[in-house]
Amino acid sequence: MTTLEIRNLAVKVGDKQILDDVSLKISSGEVHAVMGPNGAGKSTLSAALMGKPGYTITSGSVLLDGVDVLSMPTWQRAVAGLHLVMQYPTEVHGVRLHEAMSAALDSRKQDTDDLGGQILSEARRINFPADLVDRALNVDFSGGEKKRNETVQLAVLRPKIAILDELDSGLDIDALRDCAQRIEDATREMNLGVLVITHYSRLFEQLKPDSVHILTNGRIVKSAGPELAAQLEVTGYAAFNG
Amino acid sequence: MSTLTLPTVDEEIWRYSRIGELDLDGFRPGKVGSKVECSDEAKKIVASTTVVAPRSATDIFEDLNLRHAQLTALCTARNQIVSEPVVITHELIESGVVAYPRLVIDAAENSEITVVERFVSRAEVKSLVVPVVDVRAAQSARVTYVAINELGADTWQIGYQRAVGGRDSSMKLFTVALGGDYARMRAEVRLEGQGANAQQVALYFADDEQMHDFRTLQDHAAPRTHSDLLFKGAVKDTAKSVYTGLIRIRENATKSEAFQTNRNLTLSDGAWAESVPNLEIETNDVKCSHASTVGPIDEEQRFYLESRGIRPEIAERLVVLGFFGEVIDRLPTFPAVAELRDQVSRKLLGARS
Repeated sequence: MTTLEIRNLAVKVGDKQILDDVSLKISSGEVHAVMGPNGAGKSTLSAALMGKPGYTITSGSVLLDGVDVLSMPTWQRAVAGLHLVMQYPTEVHGVRLHEAMSAALDSRKQDTDDLGGQILSEARRINFPADLVDRALNVDFSGGEKKRNETVQLAVLRPKIAILDELDSGLDIDALRDCAQRIEDATREMNLGVLVITHYSRLFEQLKPDSVHILTNGRIVKSAGPELAAQLEVTGYAAFNG
Repeated sequence: MSTLTLPTVDEEIWRYSRIGELDLDGFRPGKVGSKVECSDEAKKIVASTTVVAPRSATDIFEDLNLRHAQLTALCTARNQIVSEPVVITHELIESGVVAYPRLVIDAAENSEITVVERFVSRAEVKSLVVPVVDVRAAQSARVTYVAINELGADTWQIGYQRAVGGRDSSMKLFTVALGGDYARMRAEVRLEGQGANAQQVALYFADDEQMHDFRTLQDHAAPRTHSDLLFKGAVKDTAKSVYTGLIRIRENATKSEAFQTNRNLTLSDGAWAESVPNLEIETNDVKCSHASTVGPIDEEQRFYLESRGIRPEIAERLVVLGFFGEVIDRLPTFPAVAELRDQVSRKLLGARS
């Protein structure tokens, strides 16, 4: 059982305060959705949790099973069990999926004997074409291929807590269904905890949130059960601008 | 001796170079130890006495090479296909000498040959090698040439490659530079026959106090000629690199295509790379492009890999090897090339080559 606890997190980008006071608690097997309009600070939350350069934590703390995450460099956060699925996965020229996963498992001191087979079976499971597995990471991939690739990595690395930054952006319906379903399955198969950051609720058909939090102007303004997402569909975010 | 004088950095072609540090008179004439490995079939075309067509020297180093050349010549017959690569290794053994190896590859009509020329010396050898390579590809001939610099960290190189392509010929000219203290190569391609094609590809990686220096020319002197240049380099620690390249399309070279790309990674704050592309186009109706970049490893790529849990030094190694992958993938396959990736990898980890 793992818990990621975000306490009163405040984050600046440059001189601009983007997140003011964000608190969330995500445990193994749970799915928490953070929903908000453009500019609410959604992507800043995911970047700050993973330690992306350029994001300055001005106050608050982030604990993974009680251990301070913010003092760790990015790679150690990942080894500790956090995993970020990026909104726009970066093209890494000349680096293949197998090489990257092999290096990632090495830092976790996990053996890589069956890595090739594992990658292929995870790829098959979400209809990621086997020939793309041998290409450079994300290079010349479509939006859907990039997200399937991200999902394969998540399944291979088996993190404790996954942060999904706008999984549904740039993605066709079929790819969204495959990726969201795989992550929903992971909450049961590997007891994955999920923080899903999104503008729209369309991915909730497969990936069922236990809690929904509304983020506007850098603050969580409301938290409730999945019914809140349904309510948002009707009222929009305007009703929560506070 | 040569009647010419040493150049200075005031000459554009020597700008940024370390020519000012050279004490040429401090070196005594010497020789490289040369070894040729090839099939029995290829042995028949290797000569050391062939009369080399004279050519004008551009400067004192080429002039000295013409006078003191240690010649290896490879001359194919018409339609001859030399299936195995010819591998020539030159080793500078003594310190304090200057050596002048000379290689002539003369590919007759519709023949095919691959030649690998390696330059090696031990770490403590303080010497100068002045290699000159002449490649001539006659009509429809196909020549692949690979130069590999694995010189020790105290050895200097001031080198020249000149390749001339006849009608419908195809030349692939590769350079890999990992070694040397100051290692320079002036690489010129002249496309004289209609439809001639040349590729120039280089990988260079300098660390510590090394400097790699490349001056390239893609000279189009006939219609429908095609040249494609890709030079990728990295500098680490306080190393330096220079790339200057010119595409020249002469008036008669209509419907020609010329591409030139030079990309450089600066892996340390103290490292320095310069890239100067130039175009000189005397006719319309051609297709030309050049691109050049100098900069550190892409932060987004580094973050992406680190966010998977990859250690920073491994992430950097993957990104650099990925950067060079485009060049390594284009090299012909043979044992010396298979080791290149490992050599680059070791150098990234800080081990001296």
